[in-house]
Parts: sequence; structure tokens; C-alpha cells
Amino acid sequence: MNFTILGATQGMGQALARLISSRGDALFLLGNDRQELESCARDLEARSGYPVAGMALCDLRQPKEFPLVLDEARSKLGRLDSVVVTAGIFHAQEAMEKESNLARDLLTIDFTNTILFCEEARKRLLEDGGGTLCVFSSVAGDRGRKPVILYGAAKAGLSNYLEGLDHKFRSRGLVTICVKPGFVKTGMTAGLKPPPFAGEPEPVARMVLSAIDSGKPQVYVPGVWRWVMFVIRLLPRFVMRRIGF
Amino acid sequence: MLSGWGRIFRPGHSVYAHDLEKASRQAVLFRGLGRSYGDSALPPASEPVVVATPLADKIRFFERETGLIRAEAGLSLHELNRLFLRQGWFVPVSPGTQFVTLGGMVAADVHGKNHHVDGCFGDHVESIKMRVADGRIIECSMDHETELFLATIGGMGLTGHVLEVEFRLRRVPTPWIWQETRRIGGIESFIGALKVAAGKWPFTVGWIDCLSRHRAMGRGILMCGRWATADEAPANPPPFLRSIAVPFVFPQIALNYWVVRLLNMVYYRVHGSRSKQGIVHPEKFFYPLDMVLEWNRIYGHRGFTQYQCVLPENGDCSITRNFFDLLTRLGCASFLCVIKDCGPEGRGMISFPMPGISVALDIPVRPGIQVTIDTLNKFVISAGGRIYLSKDSFMRPEHFRAMEPRLDSWMAVRQKWNPEGKIRSAQSVRLLGDLP
Repeated sequence: MNFTILGATQGMGQALARLISSRGDALFLLGNDRQELESCARDLEARSGYPVAGMALCDLRQPKEFPLVLDEARSKLGRLDSVVVTAGIFHAQEAMEKESNLARDLLTIDFTNTILFCEEARKRLLEDGGGTLCVFSSVAGDRGRKPVILYGAAKAGLSNYLEGLDHKFRSRGLVTICVKPGFVKTGMTAGLKPPPFAGEPEPVARMVLSAIDSGKPQVYVPGVWRWVMFVIRLLPRFVMRRIGF
Repeated sequence: MLSGWGRIFRPGHSVYAHDLEKASRQAVLFRGLGRSYGDSALPPASEPVVVATPLADKIRFFERETGLIRAEAGLSLHELNRLFLRQGWFVPVSPGTQFVTLGGMVAADVHGKNHHVDGCFGDHVESIKMRVADGRIIECSMDHETELFLATIGGMGLTGHVLEVEFRLRRVPTPWIWQETRRIGGIESFIGALKVAAGKWPFTVGWIDCLSRHRAMGRGILMCGRWATADEAPANPPPFLRSIAVPFVFPQIALNYWVVRLLNMVYYRVHGSRSKQGIVHPEKFFYPLDMVLEWNRIYGHRGFTQYQCVLPENGDCSITRNFFDLLTRLGCASFLCVIKDCGPEGRGMISFPMPGISVALDIPVRPGIQVTIDTLNKFVISAGGRIYLSKDSFMRPEHFRAMEPRLDSWMAVRQKWNPEGKIRSAQSVRLLGDLP
């Protein structure tokens, strides 16, 4: 099996790449910084002893490049088996409320462009006879919540898209997996205070990989978030309105 | 709020950095996994932010022929062992926990059960890449900027920020340990037994029941080990162990004198009088305390300190005996009391170990702890020994000066590379008079 990962240079993407590399599966890395990509590739090779199949620059701000980099990955790997998207950005809600450019930035990257990337990946996976598209959404998309209104909206849209994709194309061999991380301690959340149930990237990566292996369409990581969000989804509106969560 | 492993909290927080080169430009101090007990990895009050390195854990290269490895400072020993131990590679020197980073191992110049033959971790480091106070990035080694290199090994991160470390992993015949444990009846025989074992075993350490008195004073269990040979070791690699975590902070009285005394007695008695030997899991041998995550919570809300000193030997063990006498008189009840013979001083200009006997014990914080520590420090000074800065929260600057004749020459090098003490810690404020 081979994997193409967008966002492999940081956080959960990096942890996932390390895990995949350690079992000897072929890896194609996509990221937005040439130097980071190269140092990641060397890190993976040093850890696992297996070479990285290839890498290419890919920035979620530049949707025009998506077809090109995916074609490059496909030609290096022979065919695409699994495409994973862990990349995304986060801005604080207050900052985006003040500065609409930040809001546009987040909505464009986390919603529009992520979906455009998935569309390009979907086409190629289907051409190759199916495979797995695994995309990192967020628990923030499960319910409209005060601290993450815009981020949550983008992720809610993304989760919906992924569910639709899974319903439509699973019969044709394309498995779509929506990963919903709760709080995970990575570079993206480095400035925030970890809440209860905060997870580490490494166990999260293990759960995601086993979901990919078994074709589970939706996975909450760490697992406890499945139950946390179950409760949150059940809360009536008047309660959600009052609490700060 | 932020604390060392001893859970004595101070104002401050840590910011995790992915890119150490970027984060080091303005940083006052780097912090690894926060396993130093005291205030070594805590920021000064006026600049209360430390840069936490554990996210920067990329390996730059690993030569599978020679074992030469270079990695970012945030790489943990736990990760190194997970990746390479089962392939037959191990660090030349390992401390008693694997939850430490390479940067921390250099800064504290950690020692381990093989100090009597292999010295400290810093004795095996080939090269260090660091950011110094004037903003330059310097690669230092025995051939280049040697002074900075030697002052950084054991320099508690005060000469500059460690960005990358290069050293050599060692080939081990199997990833399993052959261990022999034996009960020892008192302090004199313990020191004698450590000396004899040092000639035969690469790894030795002792646990001491420091509440036993009179003739039984210093009784305990001696643990010796070596890497198992291929025909002794099980065919399978050692399994990845599951650990449990202490779920909450214990009440202050949980580990009182009588509880500790009982635990110590049980631990000593359960071993039995005959020596035991056999194959053990390497992680159980090197890192027994890592099996219980967050074990520092057992000392309650006020936290604790660890007191570790090394005492020179004078032939008749009287210094160590007097030290244990003093401990008993001060009522230092500790479940964890570790004794180890140290080999020669290493290359680190201000590293802790020196030839003699090292004793480490936990002391819960309580009223009067400053007096206790002062008394112990005065004893160590008069004996010509010294204490381990990575464990310390309470030492007075005048005591540090008195026990550290090497301080002036180290300070001269630090002065050269970090002239205004821009890079500093809560500990350096306390001990070296840096700007608070």
C-alpha cells in the first residue's frame, strides 16, 4: 500500500508519516516548505530505514497546483492507494471577528481549498480503481460552539462533504474517512492550554492508521472524544447558549 | 504556572516550538520534558516563558554501520529506545528515566548505572549545534569552540540553547538484560559490594532503606546487570510495556514516616536473603519508575525535592556512614534512596559526578526544609563533595560557590558566550545572581 500525505511535515501528519514509514509502506510527502519536506524525509529514513518515495511542494493556498502535484505523486508511486490530508490552519475566533481577512483565509484553506484538493484526489483514486481518502476534519464541526464558530463551520462543511463522498463512492471502491480530532497537542495548538482529554499525536496516528486499514468511515481521536461529542450533540440549545464550551 | 518534576510551582509557562532555530532567537531558556526536579528548567520571573523542545524531534541522520546519530534537541530517549533498542542499538549512557530529551541529557550531563566504566553522556557527544546569546548559531565539538562545548556539557542550558546533538549509539548483543540482585545488610558492606561489582558488571546501582538504623543502617538491595548474550536472551524482542498513571495528587500525609518505613521494610524483606539472577526487560532494569507515569503526584500538593550528592571516599566509608547518620537525625524519610559509585570526572566543566559515592533521595516539601537542605549541604561541603543541579531547588548561592571550585573557570566561559546572562533560568537567578 502507498500513502500520499498532505501536511506530513507537522503534528499529526508527521506522526502518521512516521508510523506508515515504520511499516515499510511507500510514502509521498506533500508540504508547503521545501526545507521542512527534506528534513522530514531524512527523519523518516533515519527512523525506519526505508527510503521515502518522493516529495513535492503543495500549498493549500494554491489550488491550481493540486492536479500537478497529485499527478507527480501518482507517477512516482505507480498508482495512488491512499491520500491523506492533515493540513489545515487555525485562527482564534476573536481575531477572525476583528479581521475579516483572517476569516477569509481560514474558510478558504480549511473548507474550499481542502475540498478542491479532495476532488482532485478523488478523481485520480477512482481512475486507479478506488482506494482511501482520509481527511482530518475536527470535533469542532459537530456543533456550533462559541469559541470556534468559523473554524467549526469550515470543519462542519468538510465533514458533510466527506460523508457524502463516502456514501456515493464506497461501492466503487473509494473509501472516505473523516477523522475528527479533539484537542491534540501539536504545533497548531501549541499556544493553547490543553483541556481535559487532550491527546498526543502518536496514539492518534495509530488510531487513524487502523481506521484506514479497516475502512472505518469516521473516527474520533483520541477515542474518548466520541463520547464527549455524543453528549455535546445531545445538549439542548438553551444549554449550549449558556456554556462557554 | 510551571514546575520541575518536584511539583514546586512558580509563575511561568512553556511554549512548544517546532522550529528551534526560529524559537531560539528570543528565548530566555529551553526546556525539554521537565524531568529536572527543581528550577533548572523554569524561567526567571521577569521573562516567564520557556521554549519547550519536545516537538522538535527530527533525526538528521543515523548511520547504521557506525551508530553515529544526529538529532534535534527535543528528541526523547524514550523515542530513541523505541526506534532502535530492538534493532540492537542503545545510548552509551542512560539516566534513570527515558522521559528526557537529548538537549536535557547534554545540559544536565546525565549519568547512569554505568558511570563507573563509561562516565557521563557528555563524554560520548561528538558535536553540539547551539544558539548563543549574540544570535549566532555555533557548531561546537572537541575540535571547534572546545571551551563552549565543554562548558555546555553539564552547563544546565546556561551557555546557549542546544539545537542539535550528535553522538554514537552503541551496538548491544541483544536488547535484553541479565540481572543479578542481592540483599546487603549495611552501609559498609554496601560500598564494598558496589566496588567489587564495579569490576565485574557494566551496570550497577543500589537501593537503600534509608530509615533502617544502627547496625542495619544503609541496608538495601544491590542490582547489577549486563546485556544478555544471544544464547541467554529470549528469542523475541522485549515487548512494549504498558504503564499506569497516578490519577490524582495524593494527600500530603499519604507518604508519612511510618508508611515509608513499612514500604521499605516490605521491599527489603520480600527480596529474600538469597541472590536472584535472570533475564529482565531492559526498560524495567533501566527505568523502573517510568512504569508509573506522573509518580511525582504521590508527594502531595506541596511537592518535593530530590537531594543528590556525591561524596568522596576516604577508605573507611566513614563519610557515607556519617551522611546516613545525618539523614536519619534530620528525619528524611524517603522511599526512593539510590546509591551508586561514580567513576572519574568527565569532560563537562561543571558536571556533577566525581569519584566517590553518589546518594539520591526524595524529600517532601515541609516547613523547615530549607534548614534540612542547608544542613545537608554544609555536610557535603565539609566532605569535599557536591550536589546535582538538576535535582536542586533549595541550595544557597554561597553553598554552591563553596562546593564548586570549578565555578570561576566555567563562569569565565559562560561570560564570554552569554555576557549579560540573557540566557538564564530560575536556578541561575538563585545560584549565579542573574537578573531576576
